[in-house]
Amino acid sequence: MGFAKELGVLLKKNIREYGMYIALGAIMIIFTILTNGLFFSSRNISNLFNQMGYIAVLAVGMTLVIVIRHIDLSVGFMAGFLGAIAARMLRDGMPVLPTILIVIGLGTVFGLINGFWVAKVGLPSFVATLAGMLIFRGALLVFTQSTGTIIISNEAFNNIGNGYIPDIFKIGDVHFLTLLIGFAIILLYIIAEIKTRKNKLKYNFEVLSLHMFVLKLLFISAIIFYVFWTLANYNGLSWTFVITLIITYVYHVLTTKTVLGRHIYAVGGNPEAAKLSGIDVRKITFFVFGSMGFLTAISGILYTSRLQSATPDAGTLFELDAIAAAYVGGVSAAGGVGKVMNSLIGALVMASLINGMNLLGVGISLQYIIRGGVLIAAVVFDIKTRSKVS
Amino acid sequence: MASEYILEMKGITKEFPGVRALDNVDFKVKRGEIHCLVGENGSGKSTMMKILSGFYPYGEYDGTIIFDGKEQRFRHIHDSESVGIVTIYQELAVIPELTVYENIFLGHEIKKGRFIDWNETIVKAKEMLKNLRPDLDPSRKVKDLGVGLQQIVEIAKAISKNVKLLILDEPTSSLNEDDSENLLRIIKNLKEQGITSILISHKLKEVIEVADTISILRDGKMVARLEDKSQFTESNIVKYMVGREIEDIYPKRKKREFGEKIFEIRSWKAFDNQLNRYVVKDASMYVRKGEIVGIAGLMGAGRTELALSLFGNPKEYIVGGEMYFDGQKVKFKSPTHAIKAGFAYLSEDRKGTGLILDFDVKTNMTIAGLKQLKKGLFVNENEEIFVAEMFKDSLRIKTPTIEQKVMNLSGGNQQKVAVAKWLFIKPKLLILDEPTRGIDVGAKYEIYTLMNRLVEEEGMSIIMISSELPEVLGMSDRIYVMAGGKIVAELRREEATQEKIMHMAVDY
Repeated sequence: MGFAKELGVLLKKNIREYGMYIALGAIMIIFTILTNGLFFSSRNISNLFNQMGYIAVLAVGMTLVIVIRHIDLSVGFMAGFLGAIAARMLRDGMPVLPTILIVIGLGTVFGLINGFWVAKVGLPSFVATLAGMLIFRGALLVFTQSTGTIIISNEAFNNIGNGYIPDIFKIGDVHFLTLLIGFAIILLYIIAEIKTRKNKLKYNFEVLSLHMFVLKLLFISAIIFYVFWTLANYNGLSWTFVITLIITYVYHVLTTKTVLGRHIYAVGGNPEAAKLSGIDVRKITFFVFGSMGFLTAISGILYTSRLQSATPDAGTLFELDAIAAAYVGGVSAAGGVGKVMNSLIGALVMASLINGMNLLGVGISLQYIIRGGVLIAAVVFDIKTRSKVS
Repeated sequence: MASEYILEMKGITKEFPGVRALDNVDFKVKRGEIHCLVGENGSGKSTMMKILSGFYPYGEYDGTIIFDGKEQRFRHIHDSESVGIVTIYQELAVIPELTVYENIFLGHEIKKGRFIDWNETIVKAKEMLKNLRPDLDPSRKVKDLGVGLQQIVEIAKAISKNVKLLILDEPTSSLNEDDSENLLRIIKNLKEQGITSILISHKLKEVIEVADTISILRDGKMVARLEDKSQFTESNIVKYMVGREIEDIYPKRKKREFGEKIFEIRSWKAFDNQLNRYVVKDASMYVRKGEIVGIAGLMGAGRTELALSLFGNPKEYIVGGEMYFDGQKVKFKSPTHAIKAGFAYLSEDRKGTGLILDFDVKTNMTIAGLKQLKKGLFVNENEEIFVAEMFKDSLRIKTPTIEQKVMNLSGGNQQKVAVAKWLFIKPKLLILDEPTRGIDVGAKYEIYTLMNRLVEEEGMSIIMISSELPEVLGMSDRIYVMAGGKIVAELRREEATQEKIMHMAVDY
């Protein structure tokens, strides 16, 4: 089969999978051209990843919530509230580590309470978490009432949202450890791909032709290298980016490789059938909402640390940004469909839009309209390509 | 002058990617007759009716449709309904929260000026029901009616649209004997009023009973058109359907020796909180190792409810009585526990609660037994592929790959996937609820063979719930009859007959 032909077939068959990456590439290229390269500068890319961190973390959790046919509207103000708790604790002299652990623990408990209403009492998640949203908003106001914005002076905490990983030794202007990590990821990626390919060949499954496979490896490796190279030329990897990547990877493995992950998708695909197959639907629901609370706490910490303060309106509309990112990433409200990796890309698409438009000086009103348009376009694309496949 | 035929479909060909669903099919229906269309699953019956109703619009198929003397080019279901062709699908299209009369006139409401004239609507609805079921109160909500009555609402709706040709797709498959008979009587009445019907059915007995003409499809081709009533015999029709003679629908069985009682219930009860009544009132039964026990009974006798209440009680009935399994008194808190103990339950509703249609074959097969595939923290995907391939071969599941979504498989193959799911957990007791519903003759035979193999070679025990009496008689070693939530009788294989069972099932 001719090379171009194989590429064509591949694109056509996987248009849904690749569509979002193509869109992301297109958005990035357009903004780079429009801003005379400013968009793709080391500084801006580094900034972009830091901006999207707290939404990306929420989007990962929201993916699972939507996959099991629920929604969580409480995450925005929950993140804000948890951030305010962290700020108060730090102000009152609590060290960083216990503060973080307590906040994460609290977030998980809040998530489980949402899960309790949905799984045990049987409230619709929309209602239960809408109530949660109102309650957390009120709680956040109560917490910041006397002082207004709580300023955080703890360096270590503020470093989470603003700092970069240290370098092991300096060579010129390039951040060496960042490059090293980049190479390690490329290496691990290539090994994993080769292993999968070998396995597929063993079972006589369809695989890419060899030159196509090599090309794919080169292409993806080049992109990873370029991203890390760009970051290494600025301040290196930010802690926000590291945390986002680790969380996404852990959730990716959890959803695709483990029994629990399978069960989550089964519950989303057909809750009745899942129940009759011996899956404890309630337990899964508890888990998913609990994990959402856990991630909300992390999101709250990232945001508060980035601002170096807890504000009375922190968390406003986070939940909708996270939901939008998940939908742009191809999650289906019908349940059972959606990948956390793609939601991360979805968050990146939305963050790129905001970042690019800010660079261009587009007004906030027009920004909202454009973001709405992109959300619709992404979901329309998803639906259209889906019906074609089946 | 009007021709003898109300409908002529000529040279109909319809292709889907990779399949020719209909191949140059001619189909003619006489004015005022009951025309039965039969064929195995996947033979093209549904595709043909979807073309006739405009679901597949003109231009997506080849051939011509002549209805009532005029060539028709339906582009939308609305087009076919406007000339008087109405289809009633297996999945009823009634709206549960609305009343009977609202449903009947939905979409063509009777108006006075700009507003709906409800009084006139109710009067008209009553009139319409008088010929069908005079005892049905039109102001009842449809959700409170049984499936049989819901179907009658659909028929009334069709009549209110001045139907000339009524298409019924498997109308009796979810009805009990009474409702089925009632429905067939209504179709005959409609015939006397000059309404032509096309009846699609798997139940050959009823086909033979009502048909004036029988058309038989096989693999997208029209293989026979029977008009002479002397040719209307089951064996004759089956011969055309499958293209080979089936001497014995039920596979040969070895002489069986049974082991000890593996399962027993005493005075089992289940109370449904939502319905506010006992769905199972008094059930005592047992199953021995290596035995197939049939449970016969009419719709609503409580058979599925019994099975669910045993299988970890997912509907959360309030249960009472004693259950023994594998020598121990047990109480399962959820299907998870029941499965762990060695119970398996094949759902009667394959698409609704049996399979995850949007997932692939492999994932559906392993979902109940995923723990067996655990390697450390993860699912061993190589092992999973191996298992799925093994079941695909041993159950002869027709699918291009195990990564095909199950929604794209035929009913019979879907059922095999559902069976594979339970075989994978190697149960001691397998409850099969309507295992052959809606699947074709060939697939049925394979399921029967498999059942025999499981009890004879692997020492499994099977409880088979079935509405098809011949199946119960052909497959069971012992038979329990359920009626009104009670187990009313126990019959040995040798003493059971259809008449005996039916007597017990209605006599309570």
